[in-house]
Amino acid sequence: MFGTYLIRELSGRRRQTLIIAIGMGLAVGLVILVNGVSAGVRNAQSTVLQSIYGVGTDITISQPATQAAGNRGFDFGGAEGSENAAAGSRTLARSRLDAAIGTVPFSVTAVSKARAVSGVTATSATLALQSTTFTGTIPTPGTAPGAHAGGGATTGGGTDGAGGSSFSVASFSVSGSDVSNQKIGPLTAVKVTAGRTLLASDVGKNVIVLDSAYAATASLAVGKTVAIAGTDFTVVGLVASTSTSASTASNSYIPLDVAQKLSGLTAQVSTIYVKAASASEIPRIQSALTTTLPKAKVSTQAQLASTVSGSLSTASGLVANLGLWLSALVLGAAFLIAILFTISGVTRRTREFGTLKAIGWSNARVVRQVAGESLIQGIIGGAVGIAIGLIGIAIVNSVAPRLSATTAVARTLPGGDGAGDRGFGRAAAALTTNITLSAPITISVILLAVGLAIAGGLLAGAIGGWRAARLRPAEALRSIA
Amino acid sequence: MYQLTGVTKTYQSRRKTVVALSDVDLSIREGELVVVQGPTGGGKSTLLQMLGALDRPTDGTVLLGDRSLGTLGDGRLASIRATEIGFVFQGFNLIPTLTARENVEAGLAPLKISSAERRRRATEALESVGLADRATHLPAELSGGQQQRVAIARALVKEPTVVLADEPTGNLDEKTRDEIIDLLEGLWRERGLTLVIVTHDSAIAKRAQRRLQIEDGVLSEAV
Repeated sequence: MFGTYLIRELSGRRRQTLIIAIGMGLAVGLVILVNGVSAGVRNAQSTVLQSIYGVGTDITISQPATQAAGNRGFDFGGAEGSENAAAGSRTLARSRLDAAIGTVPFSVTAVSKARAVSGVTATSATLALQSTTFTGTIPTPGTAPGAHAGGGATTGGGTDGAGGSSFSVASFSVSGSDVSNQKIGPLTAVKVTAGRTLLASDVGKNVIVLDSAYAATASLAVGKTVAIAGTDFTVVGLVASTSTSASTASNSYIPLDVAQKLSGLTAQVSTIYVKAASASEIPRIQSALTTTLPKAKVSTQAQLASTVSGSLSTASGLVANLGLWLSALVLGAAFLIAILFTISGVTRRTREFGTLKAIGWSNARVVRQVAGESLIQGIIGGAVGIAIGLIGIAIVNSVAPRLSATTAVARTLPGGDGAGDRGFGRAAAALTTNITLSAPITISVILLAVGLAIAGGLLAGAIGGWRAARLRPAEALRSIA
Repeated sequence: MYQLTGVTKTYQSRRKTVVALSDVDLSIREGELVVVQGPTGGGKSTLLQMLGALDRPTDGTVLLGDRSLGTLGDGRLASIRATEIGFVFQGFNLIPTLTARENVEAGLAPLKISSAERRRRATEALESVGLADRATHLPAELSGGQQQRVAIARALVKEPTVVLADEPTGNLDEKTRDEIIDLLEGLWRERGLTLVIVTHDSAIAKRAQRRLQIEDGVLSEAV
C-alpha cells in the first residue's frame, strides 16, 4: 500500500513533484558543478605547484629576502677584452653566476636540521641561481666614455658609427640540484625527453640538464656545451614538465656542489623541500621546523597555493566565495521550497489524512507516507541534479577555459621563458603558466549530491510528517465539514 | 456495545466555549440500527466522533464493550478504528489519486495481511456493493453514488462490528439516496452490524429501529 499510494501521489501531483525536483535538481546540480570546478582549480594549482616544487613536497623552507639585490653589474679593466684599433673599439665578454634575484641563500646545515625533525621522511635542497652573460663591443678609452653596464641598464646598445657601443646580455636560470637525494624536489616533476636526468654519480661533474623549451629556443641539444660563469657544461639531457600545461621550475639543472662552487655560495642552498610522514602531521612539522629554523620561512603546500595569482587565482577565489555561497543559497532555497510545498501539501490533504486516521491509519503510518513521498521527491531532485551537474561539467570541460597562473614563488626560482637577450634588470619575472581548467567528476561528489538530495527530502518529509502527525482526526474532519 | 455516561464535549472557539455535547447518556446494543437526527451544529457529528474513537470527551465516559475510549492512547484508538469501526462520510472522502480498489485496500493497510489477500478482500468488498467492474477507476471517474459505494466497501472490508455513517446520502440525489440506504440496510441485516446513521433526512429516519434527536448538545430519544 505504501508504494502504491506513494507512486499514485507523486504521479497524480506531477506539478508539485516537478517543481520540487527541479528546485532540488538545480541546487544539487550547482553543488556538483561548483565542486567539480573547485576540484579542477585545486588540480590546476597543484599542477602549477608541482612544476615548481616537484611531486611529494609537503613543506618548503626558504630564507625571506631582507633587502633588494645588490649591484650585479660587470666591471671591466682598461686592458680587458680584445681591441680593434682600426675601429677604435674593444670587444668584451663576461659571464657570471649569482643567486637568483629574490632568493637569499642560507647554510646547508639547515637541511640536516630539517631532516632531524620528527615526522620528516625526506628532504632535498636546491640552490637557485641566475647565469648572466655580457658580450659586446664598446669604444676604446679616449674615443668614447668607458662602459659600465649595471643593474637596470638597457638590454642592448646600438652602433651609431660615432664611437657608440653594441652589447647584449643573456641570462637564464640555473638550479643547483642535490643529485644524491632526488626523492623530492623540482626534478621529480619532470620527464626526460632526451638523454638523461642528473644522477648521483654526477656529483662534481660539469654536466647540465636543460628544460626542453629553453633548449629549443637556445638551439641547444644533448651533447652540446653551455657556458656558465666561464665554465663549459655538457648537456646530458633535456626535460619537460610532467604536466602538459606547465613549464619546469628552471631553465637548467646542474649538480648542487658544482653550483655552489661556481657561484661562490659554498655550502649554501636557497630552498629545502620537505616530505612529511602524513598529511595530518604537516601542521605539527611546520611548527617544529619554524622552531628549529627561526629565521627561515616555512611554507606548506596550502600556503604556497595562496601565492598563485592570475586568472587561476581569480577562479579559485570565485569558486571558494561566490560558488560556495551561491550553492548554499540555492540549496537553502531548494530545501525551503521542498519544505513549503510539503507543508502546503499536508494542509491541502487535511481531509485525506483525517480520513486515513479515521479508518485506522496510525500517526506513524501517515508520517511514513508523507516522509516517503518527500524522500522520493528529493531523490528525483538528486537525479535531476546529477544530470544538470554533469551537463554543466561537460560544458565547462568542452569550453576548457584557459587560466593563467602566476607564481610569486617563481621569484625564488626564476625560469620558464626561454633564452634570449635580456637586461640585467630582469628581476627574474614570475613564472606564468597557462592551465586548461578541467573539472573532474568524482564518486564522492555524486554521493554528496545524492546525500544532499536525500537530506533535503528527509528534512521536508520530517517537517511535513510532523505537521501531519499533529492533525487530530476529529479536528481534521471537522475543519473539512 | 456502547455505553455513554455523562458525556460532555466542549470546544474553545474564538474565546468562546462551545458545548457540543452536554451530559449525554446513551446505550446502544450490538446489532442495532440507530438514526441520529438534529439541526446543523446540534452535536450529531461530535457524537459520532465519540462513538468512532476519533475524539475524547471533556467529561464523562464512552465505553465500547469494556474499554473506556476516553482513557486509551492514540495508538490504541487507531487500532480500534482499524479493526472494529467503519466510517462512511457525507463527502465520501476517497483518496483522489487511488483507484476504487486501492481506496478499499487503504482500509486494510493497518492490518497485517499480505498484499494479495488485501487485493482479494478489496475486490470482494467492491463486488458486494456492485462495483466490481469499476475497480480500476479513479474517484473522479465515478458518480457520487458510486463513490459512496466505494466508501461503504472501504468501511466494510475490514469486517467491523460497528459502522458509523455521517450524512451518507447528504450529497446524493433522491434515487441514489434510496439505493445507498437500501445497500446499508441490506448489509446491516446480512452482517449483523451495529449501524449508526447521522442524517437530516426523515425518510431515512423512518426506516430505523431507533431514532435519537440531538439539539444544542442534548440527546433525547425521538418518539
